[in-house]
Amino acid sequence: MTISIKEVEHVAKLARLALTDEEKKLYCEQLGKIIAFFDQLKSIDTTGLEPLAHPLPLVNVLRQDEIVPPLGHDALLENAPDKEKGYFRVPKIGE
Amino acid sequence: MKYETVIGLEVHAQLKTKSKIFCGCPTDFGGAPNDHVCPVCLGMPGVLPVLNKRVVEFAIKTGIALNCEIAHTTKFDRKNYFYPDLPKDYQISQYDQPICNTGHLTIKGRKIRIHRAHLEEDAGKLVHAGAAGLHGSDYSLVDYNRTGVPLLEIVSEPDIESPEEARQYLTELRNILRYIDVCDGNLEEGSFRCDANVSLRPEGQKELGTKVEIKNMNSFRAVQRALQYEIERQIIALDKGERIAQETRLWNEATGDTHPMRSKEEAHDYRYFPEPDLVPLVIDRNWVSEIEKTLPELPESRRRRYVDEQGLSADDALVLTESFELANFFDSTLKLGAPAKQISNFLLGPITAYLNEEKLELAQTKVTPENMRDLVGAVTSNVLSSTTAKQVLTELLQNGGSVKDIIDKKGLAQISDEAGLKDIVSKVLADNPSQVEEFRSGKTKVRQFFLGETMKATKGKANPQVINKLLDELLA
Repeated sequence: MTISIKEVEHVAKLARLALTDEEKKLYCEQLGKIIAFFDQLKSIDTTGLEPLAHPLPLVNVLRQDEIVPPLGHDALLENAPDKEKGYFRVPKIGE
Repeated sequence: MKYETVIGLEVHAQLKTKSKIFCGCPTDFGGAPNDHVCPVCLGMPGVLPVLNKRVVEFAIKTGIALNCEIAHTTKFDRKNYFYPDLPKDYQISQYDQPICNTGHLTIKGRKIRIHRAHLEEDAGKLVHAGAAGLHGSDYSLVDYNRTGVPLLEIVSEPDIESPEEARQYLTELRNILRYIDVCDGNLEEGSFRCDANVSLRPEGQKELGTKVEIKNMNSFRAVQRALQYEIERQIIALDKGERIAQETRLWNEATGDTHPMRSKEEAHDYRYFPEPDLVPLVIDRNWVSEIEKTLPELPESRRRRYVDEQGLSADDALVLTESFELANFFDSTLKLGAPAKQISNFLLGPITAYLNEEKLELAQTKVTPENMRDLVGAVTSNVLSSTTAKQVLTELLQNGGSVKDIIDKKGLAQISDEAGLKDIVSKVLADNPSQVEEFRSGKTKVRQFFLGETMKATKGKANPQVINKLLDELLA
């Protein structure tokens, strides 16, 4: 196995995912396979190749510094599960 | 034990663009909550960020001004963490290929190296309901107006040796950003924010000690005080043989101390990876030289010129260049052929005092470089005394006009006419026989009294040299 249960738990915590023991075992296996696949890719000799930051053959896609009038908070808060006085309302932060 | 202080500073400078870094929302400070947001900066599904060209130009401009190497190729990365002020749950930043690398700025002849400067987007603002701060509030309200505002994070090397030097570094950095017009440097509105890293090591030791990061400082003075406090705290701990914990501490302005920030769980595991929604940026050298041409003369170069060519003191040159406006005004006056020292004295003395008192910027007053040349000229040619010159100056600041007209209109021309002044001095002596007696008995200090009375009688217009000459004659 290329990834431990502990690592799966750590990554799950960072991603705010609550996993059952079965899920942890399952992901451990599945993520292990993915990592093994990357190991396979790593075995290819890439000497002299520039690392690729993006697969598209494009650079410098830029926009001019111009204001696009926003829609206003009413429209943008329409889908918010909880709101108050034009703000998004979120649960208590921290412990 | 003797310790050496090692300080590094991280500055987040808000770039003065009209629109945000990846969308067209306005960057203005304030506004009703969530009125400067759109699906892109809210991170809604399916939207695509597009980089603002001016943001890149401003970053390059700053890099040039800070003697940095401008990257040939640069890219953006995602910095992943969960916090409600970050709607996408990642911040678009730059990880391993910042736009600017290895530069420096100079303070008091000392080079402080810049490690790097990279672009990123700002986060939103949290309002904690039901309590003064985060802790104890039942829920939080989020305003995403700041989300996506362009920031340039400028990271110094740990070259700073004292809290005072930290203040000087920040002052100089802010000046440079203002000179090149990429950031307004307003600490209160958060357009210039600073975090500090500080560590101590026994004198002579090569390795750096454990560093502590300090946040939440809202003024240069706060930075200085927080660093001072933190250094003292660490000295006491080290002297007791304690270990310094590597942590982030928050400065408390009210109590004047720092306390550890509750550690974000699993902190600093940001899992950076290249931002797939943005393509790389290739910076052509022609682009860099085009931008270089738009740079004004920077504070350091002006200071050298003021000291070497104009004979100002290093301190005066420093204060003059701390304000781009003042320095520009000074330069315009020099171009008119006015004497540097006298102009500088007026600018740093009565003009600065007036601006502070009235809470004005120089541009909000009516005085012009031509006025200052004429004013100094009038003093040099004895048309105005230093007292009357100040009256003319106040008039110039408030209402403008020409120096000559103000002198004529207010009848302020200095009286150097000996015959006319002789009558006044004689009358002062005749009106004060007991003081004359004192003078004759050897109390020569009384002479100042006669001078003062004559000045009073002429409303400050008498030429003091002429009065002294007359006093010599009449008291002989």
